Amino acid sequence: MIESASLLAVAPELVLTVGGLVLMLIAAWGGEASSRFVNWLAVLTLAIAGLALSTSLANGPVAFDGLVRADAFSAFAKGMIYAAAAAAILLAPRYFQADGKERPEYPVLILFSAVGMGMMVSAGDLLTLYVGLEMQSLAAYVLASFMRQDARSSEAGLKYFVLGSLASGILLYGAALLYGFTGTTAFDGIAVAMGDGVSNGELFGMVFLLAGLAFKMSAVPFHMWTPDVYEGAPTPVTTFFGSAPKVAAMALAVRVAIEALGPAGLDWQQIVIFVALASIILGAVAAIGQSNIKRLMAYSSINNVGFALIGLAAGTPAGVAATMSYMAIYVVMTIGAFACILQMRDAQGRPVETIASLAGLSQSRKGLAAAFAIFMFSMAGIPPLFGFWAKFLVFDAAVAADLTALAAFGIAASVIGAFYYLKIIKTIYFDEPAAAYEAKGGMVENVILTACAVVIVFGYLLNPALDAVSAAAAASLF
Amino acid sequence: MDGFPILSLMMAVPMAGAIACLFAGANSARWIALIATLVDLLLGIMLWANFDQAGTAAQWQFQEYAPIFGRFAWALGIDGIALMLIVLTVFLMPICIGASWQAIQKRVGEYMAAFLFMEVLMIGVFTAQDIYLFYVMFEAGLIPMYLIIGIWGGADRIYASYKFFLYTLLGSVLMLIAMMWMVHEAGTTEIPALMAYNFAPGAQTWLFLAFFASFAVKMPMWPVHTWLPDAHVQAPTAGSVILAGVLLKMGGYGFIRFSLPMFPEASAQLAWLVWGLSMVAVVYTSLVALVQSDMKKLIAYSSVAHMAIVTVGLFAFNQAGIEGAMMVMLGHGLVSGALFLCVGVIYDRLHTREISRYGGLSINMPKYAVLFLLFTMASVGLPGTSNFVGEFLSLMGIYQASSWVALVCTTGIILGAAYMLYLYRRIAYGEQVNADAAAMPDLSMREIALLAPIAAAVLWMGVYPESFLAPMRSDIRALEARLAPAAPAGDSHIKMGASKPAGGATHEEASAHGEAH
Repeated sequence: MIESASLLAVAPELVLTVGGLVLMLIAAWGGEASSRFVNWLAVLTLAIAGLALSTSLANGPVAFDGLVRADAFSAFAKGMIYAAAAAAILLAPRYFQADGKERPEYPVLILFSAVGMGMMVSAGDLLTLYVGLEMQSLAAYVLASFMRQDARSSEAGLKYFVLGSLASGILLYGAALLYGFTGTTAFDGIAVAMGDGVSNGELFGMVFLLAGLAFKMSAVPFHMWTPDVYEGAPTPVTTFFGSAPKVAAMALAVRVAIEALGPAGLDWQQIVIFVALASIILGAVAAIGQSNIKRLMAYSSINNVGFALIGLAAGTPAGVAATMSYMAIYVVMTIGAFACILQMRDAQGRPVETIASLAGLSQSRKGLAAAFAIFMFSMAGIPPLFGFWAKFLVFDAAVAADLTALAAFGIAASVIGAFYYLKIIKTIYFDEPAAAYEAKGGMVENVILTACAVVIVFGYLLNPALDAVSAAAAASLF
Repeated sequence: MDGFPILSLMMAVPMAGAIACLFAGANSARWIALIATLVDLLLGIMLWANFDQAGTAAQWQFQEYAPIFGRFAWALGIDGIALMLIVLTVFLMPICIGASWQAIQKRVGEYMAAFLFMEVLMIGVFTAQDIYLFYVMFEAGLIPMYLIIGIWGGADRIYASYKFFLYTLLGSVLMLIAMMWMVHEAGTTEIPALMAYNFAPGAQTWLFLAFFASFAVKMPMWPVHTWLPDAHVQAPTAGSVILAGVLLKMGGYGFIRFSLPMFPEASAQLAWLVWGLSMVAVVYTSLVALVQSDMKKLIAYSSVAHMAIVTVGLFAFNQAGIEGAMMVMLGHGLVSGALFLCVGVIYDRLHTREISRYGGLSINMPKYAVLFLLFTMASVGLPGTSNFVGEFLSLMGIYQASSWVALVCTTGIILGAAYMLYLYRRIAYGEQVNADAAAMPDLSMREIALLAPIAAAVLWMGVYPESFLAPMRSDIRALEARLAPAAPAGDSHIKMGASKPAGGATHEEASAHGEAH
């Protein structure tokens, strides 16, 4: 017998599921002509799901006997996910229009992916975790190969699928080991079982589980798929991959680490520290030689995941709050940066992706160049832009947790990363102009771009709110 | 003046100007920038006039506090040291705008906006009373300077802009980690409270080194000075002026505001490091300056040598040394700014910085030769000019702490005279070998209007330094008191001469003088 409270606690997922199914029917009957309409309805569905978060919170924090958590942490993560998904839907039409391939399935797939991500961040049990993860991933595989006539897109989808399945297998193996050695799949049960010391079997299970999660958030050494998939997937899909699923994977990893593996903190801390530093350094160094902006953003995302993990390495409430704040600021920067990248179109309106084509942009498209520069400086972590605050929070948490050496290494490595962001700004501002881009950006793109830029520039005024929300989210895990 | 947020206003005016410049045409951008900087100069003069410099006055004045950023606050306030550096900033800014009036012809709006934004941040650095706010302002200065060097700089501008940015960024980030540690330890982000907090001596060493990494690069001290010649040579004239005039002073200000009062024990322990690097810098960079064939590079290396006099003064741990260091900073800010302007004047005419392309300019450019001579002499440290006061006090201060350091650093004055006079001889005297250089017109009214105020200030500072020392005196005294328990014992052992019973009061004073010298 399912209680109504449990159903209300998953209200956002219900809204998205029903919305997604209805829209799929509309898409099936309406055909390509309906895509504009489906787009807006999908955004509306995401907005309603966002509103339903309050219902979900009111009926939380535990639903379906612990299978699902509807707490402040999941609400915060879902808020970010829905916003990022909506942005990915809104940014898409102009891109697909250029090839005459605008299809209503795109928003529907994003909705289904959002359901999966919602389940991931709400998971209170290894089974919910796995189901959520697979649901998100299946939609993502299709999205990556959305331009099915395009060889690069198909290749990206296939690569993502093969490597993603491998990672799912590893993760499932870890889950099985944990179940075998602790006798339960519930997070709190695992924590209780690990409370009396971590056995070898539990340790192996934990390592496999974390490896699978590292794959999903594209952390080193499980990052290899990222550059190819980011480059091959259609740009709006890359926007999506760079934002919402990252938040979901990161939030899931945080929840698993704190709620399920809490007693093994010292064990996973080493892993997280290694993964974090490796991601920061590899993401920074490998990005330097890139000539394709989407590939560069892939390495940039690897780099950013490394920084976010430093907050998790601290393992304290402040650290978790910092990681979640990092993701919030990162999502805004990423969407803003991709809104810029989506405007990189030559005079005929075809998308271009080379960094060289940005040369001298500041002389033909002043506003776009300024926005690009804002996002790049922000990602490099230069104050007074908001990206600095994201880094500040994670390093501050690390210092507070006596991980000063980690913080010092991480921040010194961030200087390497600054170099390739500077390179883009150099191309835009210092170089002689290349062939000009299309003279005007789309309205929706410009609105999203401006909104993100405003947040990045004036973000510090949001600090009290961000602090309060992220602290509440972190508190619900401890 | 009570409660009126004059410091915020001083930052708001150039900020508004910067935004307006972005949307304005070339000519209106120039005027907007000039007016904004002049308004800020007026505000700066009001600030100085209203600053209470009596010994009994509060140390921190014009304080503002608005906790709007969550973890840190918009906390502003100044003491006499900050006041003088702010006055220097607002004094140099209109001159920079004037110097760019004709030299900058492309993307004028963006250029002026970058400069005005720079002014906001410089004032922010000197007024911030919250350690994180300070960091934000300190670090944000990289963005406009990177753009100024990279867009409007010379041939090698891209290399120079990267080097400037990454060098200073790497220096600063470790300081941020140290700041976080301090805030967790002391439980406050307010600079005045942190200045009074006693950190454990063991931790102080690490904290000192982290701050040192940042300020030594910014200052710049040998051997991390190599970004400076590149940045100076490639930056446009006004960029060099602001870089030498104010940005380098952020390093010195950092030492005075953070390193010395917050880590007195570590400062004393590691004073040998600072002394050693400074001694090398004075001698080595002076010698390097002697062989330069590029005017801007020569002045850049001379900046490094002068900044070394600042660091020895600061690490003399006594009033004379610290006052001297501040005076060198102010004097050098004016003089090196003026020298870069002088270089800019002839660069605008001939478009080369090669010294050998000029010669005999005193024949066809007499006004220029006179002003250039004044600034050359000021840079050498001729009595009656600003730098003499500062260098004399600094060296006097360090003599009390270590006579060897004083001995080596004093050679810098001699070497300074050598390279500056040699430069002047090659440019202004001798035969007019280059016909195009001989045909250059003398200073225009605009150029005279830029250089004359600096000349007046240089003489004022040299003849009556009390105007500049008075606001800082009680702050420096407080700093000296803070450092006193840790200050290393000097090696010169100055003793007061025993008064002779037969001698009168005048004799006694004279003998005391003689001993002290």
